[in-house]
Amino acid sequence: MSQDFRLDNIGMVNRNKKISFTFNGKKYFGYEGDTIASALIANGVHLVGRSFKYHRPRGFFGVGVDEPYAILQLERNNERDPNIRATEQEIFEGLEVKSVNCWPSVNFDIGAINNFLKMFFPAGFYYKTFMWPPSFWYKIYEPFIRMAAGFGEASIKHDKERYEHKYEYCDLLITGSGPSGLASAYAAAKNGARVILAEDKPRYGGSLLTSDVNIGNQTGAEWSEKIITELKSMSNVIVKNRSQVFGYYDHNMLVMSERISDHLPKTQKYLPKQRLWYIRAKEVLISSGSIERPLVFGNNDTPGVMLSSAAKEYMKVYGVLVGKKPLIFTNNDSGYETAIEFKKNGVNPLILDTRKEPSSDIISEAKNLGIEIKFSHVVVAAKGYKKVKSADIAKISDNKKDLSNIENIKCDCICVSGFWTPSIHLASQSGNKSEFNEKIDAFIPKKSKQKENTIGSANGKFTLEETINEAFDKGYEVSNKITENNNKVSIPTVVEKKSTEHDKFWCVPLPKGKSYKRFLDFQNDVAVSDIELALREGFRSIEHVKRYTTLGMATDQGKTSNLNGLQLVSDIENKVVPQVGHTTFRPPYTPVSIGAIVGREVGKHSKPTRKSPMHEWHEKNNAVFVDAGVWLRPRYYKQGNETLFEASKREAKNVRKNVGVCDVTTLGKIDVKGPDAAEFLNRVYTNAWLKLPVGKARYGVMLREDGIVMDDGTTTRISENHYHMTTTTAQAANVLSHLEYYLQLVWPELNVNVVSTTEQWAGAAIAGPNSRALLMKLFPNTDVSNEGLPFMGYKEADLFGIPAKIYRISFSGELAYEVNVESDYGNFMWEKIIEVGKEFQIQPYGTEALSTLRIEMGHVAGSELDGRTIPHDASLEGLVSKKKDFIGKRSLSRSAFTKSDREKIVGVVPLDKTTSIPEGSYIVKDPKAKLPNPKLGHVSASCWSVEYDNPFSLAIIKDGKNMIGQKLFAMSPLKNKTIPVEIVSSHYVDPEGKRVRA
Amino acid sequence: MLYIFCPHCGSRSQNEFAYGGDATVKRPELNKEISDQEWNNFVYLRKSPRGKHLELWHHISGCRQWIKVERDTSTHEIFKTYKADELTE
Ligand SMILES: [Zn+2]
Repeated sequence: MSQDFRLDNIGMVNRNKKISFTFNGKKYFGYEGDTIASALIANGVHLVGRSFKYHRPRGFFGVGVDEPYAILQLERNNERDPNIRATEQEIFEGLEVKSVNCWPSVNFDIGAINNFLKMFFPAGFYYKTFMWPPSFWYKIYEPFIRMAAGFGEASIKHDKERYEHKYEYCDLLITGSGPSGLASAYAAAKNGARVILAEDKPRYGGSLLTSDVNIGNQTGAEWSEKIITELKSMSNVIVKNRSQVFGYYDHNMLVMSERISDHLPKTQKYLPKQRLWYIRAKEVLISSGSIERPLVFGNNDTPGVMLSSAAKEYMKVYGVLVGKKPLIFTNNDSGYETAIEFKKNGVNPLILDTRKEPSSDIISEAKNLGIEIKFSHVVVAAKGYKKVKSADIAKISDNKKDLSNIENIKCDCICVSGFWTPSIHLASQSGNKSEFNEKIDAFIPKKSKQKENTIGSANGKFTLEETINEAFDKGYEVSNKITENNNKVSIPTVVEKKSTEHDKFWCVPLPKGKSYKRFLDFQNDVAVSDIELALREGFRSIEHVKRYTTLGMATDQGKTSNLNGLQLVSDIENKVVPQVGHTTFRPPYTPVSIGAIVGREVGKHSKPTRKSPMHEWHEKNNAVFVDAGVWLRPRYYKQGNETLFEASKREAKNVRKNVGVCDVTTLGKIDVKGPDAAEFLNRVYTNAWLKLPVGKARYGVMLREDGIVMDDGTTTRISENHYHMTTTTAQAANVLSHLEYYLQLVWPELNVNVVSTTEQWAGAAIAGPNSRALLMKLFPNTDVSNEGLPFMGYKEADLFGIPAKIYRISFSGELAYEVNVESDYGNFMWEKIIEVGKEFQIQPYGTEALSTLRIEMGHVAGSELDGRTIPHDASLEGLVSKKKDFIGKRSLSRSAFTKSDREKIVGVVPLDKTTSIPEGSYIVKDPKAKLPNPKLGHVSASCWSVEYDNPFSLAIIKDGKNMIGQKLFAMSPLKNKTIPVEIVSSHYVDPEGKRVRA
Repeated sequence: MLYIFCPHCGSRSQNEFAYGGDATVKRPELNKEISDQEWNNFVYLRKSPRGKHLELWHHISGCRQWIKVERDTSTHEIFKTYKADELTE
């Protein structure tokens, strides 16, 4: 295997383990520990993509999160992962990646024609062009933009990988394991603080891995290895690599994504692919370092132009040369460090320094090594299309305005250094208003907003000595505040080379007669000319310029482009940068996969599933289930080839004719206890409760303070100070909160306790003319006669040795009972009922039959009590006490609620007695009236009446009480139906309620 | 996500709580004659202050107690929390 650009004696990759992978279908080799970027560069591959707008060739610009170009599509186990940064993704055996945003291939890209049409792609191009007519959006503009733009391609298949969430609490979270992160973590951990140290890269150490320094008589890399090993061994420390803290939220909650398996060929058993950490930290130290700034010159986006720090890291960490004839273009000493590294590895670089006569230790060292340096020189333009082949360089005047002696120099890469930009994203997200620091031409965090401090180069400290001292101090100070311990570790001595001041110059002027594109934002193809145009067109606010030109947007979030953009705006506007201000940094700092955000709450796990104790019996007996809130309830029990309609009709008919049993476990149940329970219920319900005797149930309606019906149900007085309240399945949680609100905040003087008992009781509703006969057999020792257990009566009884509670209440309108036993006995009860009920032709019935039964009886439920109706509308006004006050009563006298033509519930029957009326249909007088047709009301629930064998619906319509007998129309524009109907009483079956009392 | 100190349970994440609105609203006494306007103010009208605000939170996934929280609506800073029956400053 020959890798032309791999160095033999340097780097941290594992040379003993070769790994093969494919890029755009071609096979390459790398070593364990390589990223896609380092492995491709080792193989001499620099062309990896096309740019967003102009489809210009794209190479590698950075070496980590700052990479704006090399965004690839990854395939692993037939799963697609779009938008992978080649500089972050480690290679593994069998990895397949390909370029995005180019068609048909990265070498021949049709979209590159945009590059020649660039006069048509100025700033705001999309706004200006794709505006009118609106109808063009859907068919022409959008598909065009999608095809021409767009990065990766998301998979449309279900993602089978597992993602996890984790919650963690700590004293101190440290974001980044460079010198400041390591030193502060060490100081704090030694002082007893619970520390989490997060590192985005696979290797710990940050800049220590690449800089030529000495800490406590060790090299930077050795020292970081020693510290991290010790930290890992401490029980009060969590150290995580491949983990990016990407968001800083309220009350010191930070979110971190840990890439556990992304670097492996396959996710290991029992491990997730990624894990999202929600970390609540008492204190945060932001040690996220800084990112080198580009210098701006003609064609500075050509593959082969990259950050000088990246070139150095490719050499020192990966043992890879980014070029063999490098040009270093710098305005500060950092470029020299890269040049020296090249030289040490047998490559002769040429340094172009914008400064006139700088002098420092580093510059002297470069000179002594015989490196060629041209001061007051700049790169005017890179030459070469798919890769840098040469550069036009020039001497620049002292005032940095004029170029002279332009000449062409052969080179195969241009390493640029425009000084450093602190990564203040996290500090900014926490609410910290940054301030502009003239000395480093960049923003640094100001006063702490939350419990955060920024240290090291993220705070504009660019010498190691300052950084180490500050970090040790801060680590101690912060931990001391939390633990009150005083264990101070000694600070090691630091040896580093002194550097001198940087040049504020960063943007090379165009030579006369040339119109090179000079890019600011490499990810979004924003050039100097675009910003100039935006300002000419009147955009002033930096936030507007950002949106108009797309500067600093998308996944990159302006990591390399932000400051140069601001500099340019301030230069043109003759302002200083602080006046221009910077745009808001928002989470996430780097892209986070949707899978990680969602975690394990996918599919049926997106909410809990509640099952009754009789669930298995229902399953075994062919129940078809329906979601009722989070509950699963049998909708119907299928026999043979029955449809839903046929089955529910059979079940409902059997209730009317014989007897049926329905699982009503899901009903909300609340125990109300205390000497003031009666008084409390009297205030909560609209009807009177003070005189309900022990052993009796009562139907009640409760309102919200605005007079709207909140819920209904029966409540039974079990003993003097103990009531058993039932609520609808859907409102159970709301009702409990409502009761707690009044007991705790409004009437704390009432001595009452409420607690949910929904889970404690299994319930079976036994309904139909045979129900008493069945009950007599189930409870032979209990008097369940009409006199012994009258309508709305309650009894405790013995069900084959099991204590049971019998409530004589009815939702179906038939003679009916609800039997409750403790949940664990639910299935026993159910099986006994079915077994004993056989001789009475018992059949289980589901929610569909239950609905049919209640609708034709005119009993209201959720579809009528829909958050818009008052008791009158649901014909519940008889339950509203005139004598006493209760929650919401005062609202009922509002004029809108007392109007004479107020909406009221009615029954609706189609004139042809065969056409079912869709729920949600409007009731109108004239179906041919001009639209919008004035509607009288809507159909709330529909069924097939088993009593009369024709369709029947409930509707809530204006002046309902005077509409009985009228011939109107039900219209469903959705189903395109107009049905002539007659309005009848909502109590279609047994209006006098004789059956329930039989 | 806020971190709320429940006077009964200690500091807990916001996702254990439900928001309950303005804690300074006082329900008119039962059986008291009041004008439409007064009732209307009680049911519907709420201030939406910028800055300090006393509000109700219900620790639904914890102790199920309603508590009062003094919070800055613009910065989310929580100054103090109170039990339901505790007097606020
Ligand atoms: Zn609590």
